[in-house]
Amino acid sequence: MTNNNGAMSDVLVRIRDMHFSRGNRAIFRGINMDIPRGGICAIMGPSGTGKTTLLKLIGAQLKPSQGTVHFDERDIHRLSRRDLYTERKRMGMLFQSGALLTDLSVFENVAYPLREHTALPERLVRHLVLTRLHAVGLRGARDLMPGELSGGMARRVALARALMLDPTMIMYDEPFTGQDPISMGVLIELLHTVNSALDLTSIIVSHDVQETLSIADYVYIVSDGVVVEGGTPDDIRHSSSDWVQQFVRGDADGPVPFQFPATDYQSDLFAPEIV
Amino acid sequence: MLDRLQGLGKTGIGFLERLGRGHIFLARLLLALGSLVFKPGLVIRQIYSVGVLTLIIIIVSGLFVGMVLALQLYNTLVGFNAEESLGVVLALTLLRELGPVVTGLLFAGRAGSALTAEIGLMKATEQLSGLEMMAVDPYQRIFAPRFLAAVVAMPLLAAMFSAVGVLGGYLVGVELLGVDSGAFWSQMQSNVDFNMDLMNGVIKSVVFGLVVAWIAIFEGFDCIPTSEGVSRATTRTVVNASLAVLGLDFLLTALMFNA
Ligand SMILES: Nc1ncnc2c1ncn2[C@@H]1O[C@H](COP(=O)(O)OP(=O)(O)OP(=O)(O)O)[C@@H](O)[C@H]1O
Ligand SMILES: [Mg+2]
Repeated sequence: MTNNNGAMSDVLVRIRDMHFSRGNRAIFRGINMDIPRGGICAIMGPSGTGKTTLLKLIGAQLKPSQGTVHFDERDIHRLSRRDLYTERKRMGMLFQSGALLTDLSVFENVAYPLREHTALPERLVRHLVLTRLHAVGLRGARDLMPGELSGGMARRVALARALMLDPTMIMYDEPFTGQDPISMGVLIELLHTVNSALDLTSIIVSHDVQETLSIADYVYIVSDGVVVEGGTPDDIRHSSSDWVQQFVRGDADGPVPFQFPATDYQSDLFAPEIV
Repeated sequence: MLDRLQGLGKTGIGFLERLGRGHIFLARLLLALGSLVFKPGLVIRQIYSVGVLTLIIIIVSGLFVGMVLALQLYNTLVGFNAEESLGVVLALTLLRELGPVVTGLLFAGRAGSALTAEIGLMKATEQLSGLEMMAVDPYQRIFAPRFLAAVVAMPLLAAMFSAVGVLGGYLVGVELLGVDSGAFWSQMQSNVDFNMDLMNGVIKSVVFGLVVAWIAIFEGFDCIPTSEGVSRATTRTVVNASLAVLGLDFLLTALMFNA
């Protein structure tokens, strides 16, 4: 489906040989990725590998130290501020924490992009906001303040807000965490409907392997600064790599380390100098 | 030894780098001010919140500072049989120095720390990133309105402080200690100069408002986005902004009254 020199127009986001570091730690060491247009693309990987960072690099909030990110054939890190903002209106992003504005009500939060970028009459704004809120099941919560929402609810409000400007692409950072089974089911359904009805491209970052594999058209698994595997959900499930198998099944033991890089456990515990 | 030297160099470079970032930030902030023409509501809301935050503390402190000042001055002036001059000395002290400076310090402690905490929390909870991703410039929508509001509010607050201070001095000097009320006011009227005293005080308070707001907003923007980072940035705001107010006061006084 996507191959590194595939047809240009099929690819919405193209990442080539991207490097990025935080201080002395290299987070990415030459990532290549093609996000196909029009599908749901999942990015998975162990906690702390830099999935959120990757989304921020695609949204040009961070700059890679080397390599390029193209969004719809434009090098997103070379744009002027004005052009960048124009492109960002075509990207929605759902933050891990929701990132709602704390001094505005749920309704005003969802209406915010419209108020900033359009001059629609109030009746239309109300109509648009309420349909989005209804879709995420929170029409009744419109007058609450963000501080009065649970984490899962906040994320659903953020989803409603991200859909407000009819973007070309939406990036979801961990949309499933903090959702009970019912809202999880509804949410998965919703992502699916939204994606096909609005002809969107979705990028989903998630730990929830089964849920993610069930809705994604294409999956990348990232670890240790590189893409370790890319393919359709079936390719991933039947991958020959031990690493991928362990990640998909969630085994504690295997090639994936659970520990943050550290010195040897035994010698650390019984460090002689503290005796 | 070499380690120490290295550490010193690192701190120095870090400091200069931060100073540089602070100035770039200020430049972008000033450029964003233009956009406020279309959104005056944002500024008015901020002036209201900054003003309300600080007004009570300003009035109470102004009153007490004026009263204490009158007590102290009276005791000295009476020795020279010059207690009629109480009004003019009180007014000059307040307008030229204590009004702007004490207001600046209180403003840094109350409004400055609140600004840093607010913006730091917006950063820590990804609200600033969220705005960026909605193609909304936080400089235009968040930073510039707060900055302008502080610059407008400071002279108003300082004027309030001086006015209440004079009132406090009047209460103690005239009502309590028996200075002649006519002399109190008429000497004040004839000896306080509009440009020299009033306007210089206003200039000072505008400069203090500018610097306190700049430091407070930058510290919030530049903080480490964790709860600990925000609390540290808040402390830094109060310390740095207060020191800046005192240092600048010396500089401005030397420029204004030494010609
Ligand atoms: N502001 C920052 N400053 C320094 N290091 C950071 C910062 N943000 C993230 N990191 C580091 O970058 C790495 C990647 O972080 P990131 O948030 O992208 O991980 P993630 O894959 O999204 O993890 P999770 O699945 O837990 O959300 C982390 O190991 C973290 O230590
Ligand atoms: Mg993350």
